[in-house]
Amino acid sequence: MNSGDIISTRDLRKIYRVGSVEVPALRGVDLNVKPGEFLSIVGPSGSGKSTLFHIIGGLTPPTSGEVHVGGENLAAMTDAGRTRMRRRTVGFVFQKFNLLPNLTARDNIAVARFIAGADGRPDAQFEEVLRVLGIAGRLDHKPNALSGGEQQRVAIARAIVNHPAILLADEPTGNLDTENSKAVLEILRDLNDRTGQTILMITHNPEAAAFGHYTVHMRDGKIIERT
Amino acid sequence: MRSLLSVLLIGVPVTLILTLVGMTHGMLEDSQHRQEGIGADIIMRGSTSTSVMTLSGPSIPEAMVPRIEQEPHVAEAMGVVVHNVDLPLAVLGIDMAKFNQMSGGFKFLSGHTLQNPDDILVDDLYAAQRHLKVGDTLNLINHAWHVAGIVASGKMARLVVDRKVLQTLDAATGKVSTIYVKVDRPDNIDVVLDELRRALPNYKIDTMQYWISMFNAGQIQGIREFTVVVAAIGVVIGFAVVCLSMYMAVLQRTREIGILKSLGASKGFILGIILAEALLLGVGGTVLGIIFSFCSRWLIATLVPASIQMAIVPAWWPVAGLITLFGATLGALYPGLSAARHDPIEALAYE
Repeated sequence: MNSGDIISTRDLRKIYRVGSVEVPALRGVDLNVKPGEFLSIVGPSGSGKSTLFHIIGGLTPPTSGEVHVGGENLAAMTDAGRTRMRRRTVGFVFQKFNLLPNLTARDNIAVARFIAGADGRPDAQFEEVLRVLGIAGRLDHKPNALSGGEQQRVAIARAIVNHPAILLADEPTGNLDTENSKAVLEILRDLNDRTGQTILMITHNPEAAAFGHYTVHMRDGKIIERT
Repeated sequence: MRSLLSVLLIGVPVTLILTLVGMTHGMLEDSQHRQEGIGADIIMRGSTSTSVMTLSGPSIPEAMVPRIEQEPHVAEAMGVVVHNVDLPLAVLGIDMAKFNQMSGGFKFLSGHTLQNPDDILVDDLYAAQRHLKVGDTLNLINHAWHVAGIVASGKMARLVVDRKVLQTLDAATGKVSTIYVKVDRPDNIDVVLDELRRALPNYKIDTMQYWISMFNAGQIQGIREFTVVVAAIGVVIGFAVVCLSMYMAVLQRTREIGILKSLGASKGFILGIILAEALLLGVGGTVLGIIFSFCSRWLIATLVPASIQMAIVPAWWPVAGLITLFGATLGALYPGLSAARHDPIEALAYE
């Protein structure tokens, strides 16, 4: 791991076992990301980008190799350790928004703070982010009363409310129309510009990938190019 | 809808427990009240009588009554014949004049006292249950009785006839079931009690105060065990309902569990949510069960006011609640642990 990297993987491998069949999803991934970088990860289905996303996000352990996130070695972590890491180091934005349907937008954001052990109202910086996201007036609505674009903006707000070191976005525009996609991508870039938020974004869309500083291309469980 | 149904099902065993306990308390309190209404100080029972729920047949020679009356400090003694009909109902054969002297007499709501051999007095609860009025015929013990009067409940018995008539019907001429004794002054109760026990060692002789104190659930054989069985059924039903309900909830909310896990929710946090919901269902079921127990009492008081009395026993509400919460917690453990063990990636992919 190079000093100064917020994410670093070495020969990262992940093998899923389906019955008695072993399915390799990652076949030795080396990746370095510096703080404040906005990295796009592109590749066809089955290329391993989601698996990489899940390992870096602490949702699943690697089969072998090294993975350091925010200075912590995830490969050596227990399930409880990865859970703690998710609470404070990473924030997730998903293609399907994944908001809790019975809670208002405000409560969806509050749940993330509650789980992280934060109390009281979000800080002034976060209030400013809410204004930038354009959802300050929609916080008392439940997800089913929000448009797709609004839901994704709430999801972004939830992901960054605890000021994680890394924001992981998995196809954040996959369920949005062109206009909303552009708005969400601009929000991510703006967030990166304003706060230096490190962002890893998975996407199929080359136009979306262009919003990042760099693009990593994956195929067959390996990184084949970084542009 | 799932939650409402769960609360309803959890409420059923709570209702069962509270109704059973309420019936036990209600019937004992009613019996206690009626015994107090006799106005006696000492009771003498036959040697075969074992508990307050065991009503013995006439086994005491009636000749004991005048003998007891000759004892010092005894103001009056009254022999009573008990004939069980439909338990806990019994017909009592009494000497009306002695009863009036000892207790102050019945309060007549309609009709008059026993005048003819076939006359019977019924209390207002029995009259309501059987839709009886003065002048009606009541068939009991293979005998057609004439309802002579309807009296206020709370004294002696619900069904009262002349002692001699009942002795004849029972082929127990010269025998009584119980002798009630009134002492001249309360200070002399213990003196008379000791003397009677010494003189009549083969009979069960107690003060009425002690006898009435025996009217509690702990003194009735099997009631405690029966209550434990019903409580155990409550735990099992609570367990099964909550287990099924929470298992469904966990299935329905798999994706939400995945979301919480992605936010860093620990296994303990997820388990806590499931247990909290189960406890909420348990509390809801308890409250509903308590409300239903009032409905039970109304139903019993409407349909069988003379046969069964049900009391509302608030002291048992927390007990029933704890039994239910125990079952609910037990039932939520498996679904809760299953939810806590969910793989977050699989949970997030769940449709």
